[in-house]
Amino acid sequence: MAETLLEIKSPKVVDRSHSFDSLRNWVGVLPFFLFILIFLILPSADLFVGAFQDKNGYFTFANVIILLTDPSVIQAYEISLKISVITSIAGGLFGFFVAYAITMGHAPRWMRNILMSFSGLAANFGGVPLAFAFIATLGHTGFISVFLKQICFSNPSGAQTCPFDIYQAGFNLYSLTGLTLAYLYFQFPLMVLTIAPALEGLKREWREASENLGGASWQYWWHVALPILWPSILGSSILLFASAFGAYATAEALTGGFINLVTILIGDEIRGDVLSNPNEGYALALGMIVVMAVCVTVYTILQRQTGRWLKS
Amino acid sequence: MVKVMKTKNNNGWGVFWAILGMLYFFVPLYGTFDFSLRAKKGVLSFLAYQDVLSSPQFLEHFRYSGIMGIITVVVSVLIFLPTVYWMYLRLPQARPVVEIISILPFIIPAIVYVFGLISTFGRPPLFLTLTPFRTDILITVGYVILSMPYMYRAIDVGMRSMDVRTLTEAAQSLGSNGFQVLFNVILPNMRIAVLSGALICFATVIGELVLGEFLVRPALGPYMVDVGRDQAYQPAAMAIIAWGLTWVCLGLIQIFGRGGTSQELVGR
Repeated sequence: MAETLLEIKSPKVVDRSHSFDSLRNWVGVLPFFLFILIFLILPSADLFVGAFQDKNGYFTFANVIILLTDPSVIQAYEISLKISVITSIAGGLFGFFVAYAITMGHAPRWMRNILMSFSGLAANFGGVPLAFAFIATLGHTGFISVFLKQICFSNPSGAQTCPFDIYQAGFNLYSLTGLTLAYLYFQFPLMVLTIAPALEGLKREWREASENLGGASWQYWWHVALPILWPSILGSSILLFASAFGAYATAEALTGGFINLVTILIGDEIRGDVLSNPNEGYALALGMIVVMAVCVTVYTILQRQTGRWLKS
Repeated sequence: MVKVMKTKNNNGWGVFWAILGMLYFFVPLYGTFDFSLRAKKGVLSFLAYQDVLSSPQFLEHFRYSGIMGIITVVVSVLIFLPTVYWMYLRLPQARPVVEIISILPFIIPAIVYVFGLISTFGRPPLFLTLTPFRTDILITVGYVILSMPYMYRAIDVGMRSMDVRTLTEAAQSLGSNGFQVLFNVILPNMRIAVLSGALICFATVIGELVLGEFLVRPALGPYMVDVGRDQAYQPAAMAIIAWGLTWVCLGLIQIFGRGGTSQELVGR
């Protein structure tokens, strides 16, 4: 009895206070939005505006044109894109296989536990210490370099050959190759962390259905698993790409800023080392934000597609 | 029979990739550790660690970053906890928007962000880069923003796992005001979530390079880069120390996360 009364009464009451309430409700999150507006949106907008101004504050496209024509800027973008693409593909593939090993690959339980917690650790472990770790491992006097160098054979003629001296063979840690190896250290764990849930979402029934219909293992992967997984795989790869594209600390500490990445160039710009016009720096930064925005848009679209299949 | 063979086959590839993955993790870790012990010629010693830990400069920079880390954690909690609480209670429709905002720092590279900070606040009217104290305000804000994705996520997950509305109504019917609800009822129920957010936040600030370097404050990151330029063994020792710190932070999260989440966080 009481319930029916309430039901009849309540809609009216709610309706009357609704518009007032919904306005008042936004007041509670106002401090947060103000904080974000002032300290996140405003600085970003400042770069955006600055990219289209000259030294005296007048509107111009000159900075953006420099962005598109200056060889050293174009080269920086090329190198940044190159290392991001390479490490996101290589790290993505490697990470996918490792995630496969710990979800469906029946690797021993202790291996799974180690890999999972180390992925969490390594994905958070970047920056300067990572560079130091690789210098200590693969630098001129690093652990692996020295170890491999010591493997020598005597020729019949008496001379020694050391076939595994990596620096003799042209390897250099303080180069794009070295930086790629270092980036992979946080790239593939990131892939493991983001793709493992998707792999776990693959239902056993799908595989069984495929097997019952006479499908081979490759047919299951090609016709069933990969079509379901590809949005996740691509989405995770984009995440990897973005994390490499925005990285600064590792490159700075490993190569001392000698590799001409966009982030390094912006760093030089802030210090006032290279160009006298800070507005060119704004244009450089704007270019990065544009690349990142494209990444995020694609990522969001892909995420929506994944959700469709993998929601239990 | 076929089934057995297939499982075996899977197992082989799984183990292969798992071992390869573990090698990529452990070889640089072991290599760095081994290298860090060779500061004294011919013998293994902890000399490099002694050098690092007894250096007054290291301690000073470490102290600065540590204090900044703690301030950042406190400010983050003060900003995000009331916001997320309010959102769950009154404004669920704002969640998608706030969620997108919370991951913005992943999208805007730190170096781009610090550039924006300097150009916006380093000029009139605020001149926030003029004195060390003002710069510290700016750097705190920067740390809060950079660690926002972790902190927000941790608080969001914690808030999701309990019945905010029921708890609030119960507290209010017993006569609590808004602050009492938030700090005496909600926060104690969220201490594990807040703690795990705080630890990641702290680890982020400790390892952060870009803000400290370009706002020219004595943070740990820029100091490590400097040492890396002209020393050989100390950097390796510092990498191991940083590794250990991250490990401890993540380990603590796991330990706290395991201890009694389910019983304590559910408020019904």
